[in-house]
Amino acid sequence: MWSYEKRLQYPVNIKEPNAQIAQVIMSQYGGPDGELGASMRYISQRYTMPYNEVAAILTDIGTEELAHLEMVSTIVHQLTRNLSMEEIENSGFANYYVDHTVGIWPMAAGGIPFNSCEFQSKGDAITDLFEDMAAEQKARSTYDNILRLVHDSDICEPIRFLRAREIVHFQRFGEALRIVQDKLDSKNFYAFNPEFDRCKS
Amino acid sequence: MNSDKERLLHEIGVIDFVVVEMTEYLDTHPTDKEAMEYLNHYVRMKNQAMREYAMKYGPLRISDADGCRQNEWKWATQPWPWEGGC
Repeated sequence: MWSYEKRLQYPVNIKEPNAQIAQVIMSQYGGPDGELGASMRYISQRYTMPYNEVAAILTDIGTEELAHLEMVSTIVHQLTRNLSMEEIENSGFANYYVDHTVGIWPMAAGGIPFNSCEFQSKGDAITDLFEDMAAEQKARSTYDNILRLVHDSDICEPIRFLRAREIVHFQRFGEALRIVQDKLDSKNFYAFNPEFDRCKS
Repeated sequence: MNSDKERLLHEIGVIDFVVVEMTEYLDTHPTDKEAMEYLNHYVRMKNQAMREYAMKYGPLRISDADGCRQNEWKWATQPWPWEGGC
């Protein structure tokens, strides 16, 4: 179960709306390497993870990703509140506006709606942890791309915080992979799948 | 937003960052005693700061709601984080 804290993990206070930038940042909410997929990936993978430390890191990072999802949604919300009709029409935001007004809805910057095919839960510890490490790097690249497009420091600061967290999580998943491999057959890590086969470990 | 409220919220953010970071570190280093003591220290600091905030400005989590002398349900009536200033 979860409990909610009524505050952001890192403050977001954006003064100037900007619908064009909102569309780009929205990808880190519901895009292929976004925070929604990240959270669902780790939280889904943990049930069959046979090593408690690894289930713990999946749970705790999956939980932190929910806080990141809230930060990204807040950035998008603050960039799209108080928009004039003229701004909506001139910033390429009309296609989003017609379906969602300025409500927050998870999709990629290119308009593809969020779906669970953006992450895997393979039921194989090594496979899933490699996916998790790759996912953190993909999200880091996306934040780097966002930082090349955005120059307003009100937006850049929370984005830099999120980018830094990707790097820390990559480190933690690397440690988790080592924990898994230490428990497997060192002559053949693929001799059995600890999430499925009756373990010899 | 008044400056004491802002300061306290910032302090909670800083303290909780340590809690999150140490929690994740301990997941993959579960026998690091020094890290556990460090985490416990910050968990206590966080609880204290959360209580203080709840008493002055309304609760940030339901478990602190009893710390508020209130005649209204501030959890619902206070601004939400995405409205800015949180």
